[in-house]
Amino acid sequence: MLKTDFDRLRDQIESLARTYPKKRASLLPMLQEIQRVHGYISSHAMQVVADHLGIHPVEAYSVVTFYSFLNTAPKGRFVIRLCQTVSCDLKNKDAVARQLTNELGIEFGQITPDKRFSLEWTNCIGMCDMGPALLVNEQVFTHVTPTEVHAIIEGCRKVFGVHAQEIEKEHLI
Amino acid sequence: MKSILRDTLSIREVTPLEALKKALDLSPKDLIEQIRESGLKGRGGAGFPTAVKWSLTAAAPGATKYLICNADEGEPGTFKDRDLLNHYADHVLTGMTMAGYAIGANSGILYLRQEYAFMRAMFEDEIQKRRQSSMLGANILGKSGFSFDITLRMGAGAYVCGEETALIESLEGNRGEPRNRPPFPVDTGYNDCPTSVNNVETLVWALCIIDKGAKWFKQYGTEKSPGLKLLSISGDCQKPGVYECAFGITVREMLEAVGAEDAKAVQIGGASGICVPAKEFGRKIAFEDISTGGSVITFGPNRDMLRVAKNFMEFFVEESCGQCTPCRVGNRKLLEGIEMLEKNECSIKYLKELKALGETMQIASKCGLGQTSPNAFLSIIEHFPHEIMGRHLS
Repeated sequence: MLKTDFDRLRDQIESLARTYPKKRASLLPMLQEIQRVHGYISSHAMQVVADHLGIHPVEAYSVVTFYSFLNTAPKGRFVIRLCQTVSCDLKNKDAVARQLTNELGIEFGQITPDKRFSLEWTNCIGMCDMGPALLVNEQVFTHVTPTEVHAIIEGCRKVFGVHAQEIEKEHLI
Repeated sequence: MKSILRDTLSIREVTPLEALKKALDLSPKDLIEQIRESGLKGRGGAGFPTAVKWSLTAAAPGATKYLICNADEGEPGTFKDRDLLNHYADHVLTGMTMAGYAIGANSGILYLRQEYAFMRAMFEDEIQKRRQSSMLGANILGKSGFSFDITLRMGAGAYVCGEETALIESLEGNRGEPRNRPPFPVDTGYNDCPTSVNNVETLVWALCIIDKGAKWFKQYGTEKSPGLKLLSISGDCQKPGVYECAFGITVREMLEAVGAEDAKAVQIGGASGICVPAKEFGRKIAFEDISTGGSVITFGPNRDMLRVAKNFMEFFVEESCGQCTPCRVGNRKLLEGIEMLEKNECSIKYLKELKALGETMQIASKCGLGQTSPNAFLSIIEHFPHEIMGRHLS
C-alpha cells in the first residue's frame, strides 16, 4: 500500500473512531463499520484500530478471524451465502448450489474475476421453514429454486448497469 | 390435560404498553415474585429459572447492571425468535424494559445475530420511537427513578456466541470464547457488572405473564415444565412454521398436527439436541423428558440418517471456538468417523471408541457447545445402526 493510501485509510478510520467510545467494547462495532464501508478489514485497518484502542494489533486480528462475517481480504460486491445446514439440506440446497456455480462460473469459496460476486456456504440462517434459503449481503431469499437463481443474480447485476437500482425485494420475508 | 399446538400465538393478545404499565405498578420484587410463581424457565434451551436469574442479578452488589437480550438465535432448525423479533419487536423491547426494571438495570443490549441484519433498520427505528414516547429514557411512563435505554449490537457470525458468557465476551470486543463459570454473569457479567442474559422468547413470556397473570401461564404444561413454549418446526412436514405448544405434548401429537405422521425420526433441540426414532414418539416435549430450545426437524421415511449426522458434525467442526481440546479435536474425530462409515471402512471396535469419545466430550468440554455436540451423533448411531453400518459403496 502506498504511504498516501495508508494515510488516507488512517484518516478515515480515525474519523470513524471518534464516533465510538475509546474502549475495548467498541472494537467489534468499529470493525463491522470498516467491513461495511471497505468490504474487508485490511491489516493496516487492524493496525489503526488497535492503535486507537491501545491494544496490540494481533488482538484485532484474532477478533477479525474469529467471526465468519468479518474478512481480512476483499470479497465480491455481492456476497452470496447459501445455507448448508440440515433443514435447507433436506429441501435440496445442493440443486441451488449447483445452479449458482453454473450461473457464476465459480466454485464455493471463490470470487468472480470481475470482483462482483463471492459465493460461500454459511451455517443455519434461521430460515429453516422456508428453505432452501440464501443471503445476498444482508438480504434474505427463501424457497429458492434453481430456476430463480438466475433472476437473483441478474437482480444484483442491475446495480452495475446504467440504470442501477437496488435488487427487487419480492423474495424478502 | 389437553395437548395444545397452535399457530396463533398468545403474545398477540398482549398490548405492550398496557403490560408495561402493569409491570411498573408492581415493585421490582413483586414483579420477580410473579415470574417465580409462574415457574418460567429460560427458553433458550438451558431452562434456568428466570426468577432466580433476575433475583440474583437484582441482589448482586453494584450500581451498574445490564440486561441483555440474546437474539443470537443460531441453533439449526430454530427460527421462533426470528418471528418474534420480526413481528413482535415492540413486545421484545418492552419485555427488555420490564426485565431491566425488575433487576435494577439502566442499560439493555439487544444482541442481534448478523444473519438477521435485515431487521437492523427496523429495530433502530423502533428504539428511536420509544425514546420519543417515554417508553425508553428517563422516568419511563412517568415512573420516577426508572431510567432505561436499549442499544442494538450486531453479532458477526458465530454460533457459540449464543452461549451467554461467549456473548458477553463478544460484546466486550473479544473472540466469542465461553468463560469459566463461576463467576456467573448474574454477578460478574458485561464489564464485570451484574448482568442478566435472557433469550428473546423468555422476555416475551415474562411480559405475557405480567399481563395475563402467573395462573394463566401455569394452567399449561407439566408440573416440572410449566407454561407454553414456542417451537420452530421444519424438515419433512406439510406445515412447517412457528407453533405455540403446552409443555407435555408428545412427539406424536406434534407430528400429527404438522402433517409429518410418516416421519422416521425427529431431531429435537437442533444440532445440539437428540435424534428421536419413531419407536419413541410417545415421549414428551418437556424439560424432564426431551428438552428443547425450540428446534424440531422432522425426517421422512427415506432420509439417510448418516447424511444428517454428517451435516451436524460438519456444523460443529466449523462452529467450535477451538478453546478446549475435547470440543476442538473431538468433533473432528467424530466427523472423520462418519466419513469412514460412509466409505464402509469403520470397524465396530472403532465405532465403540468414537462412542466413548463422544461421551467424554459430553463431560469434559468447557461449555454447552462441546458438551452437546456429540448428542446427535450418539443418538443416530444408537437408533439407526443398520443404516450406518454396512453401507453400499457407490
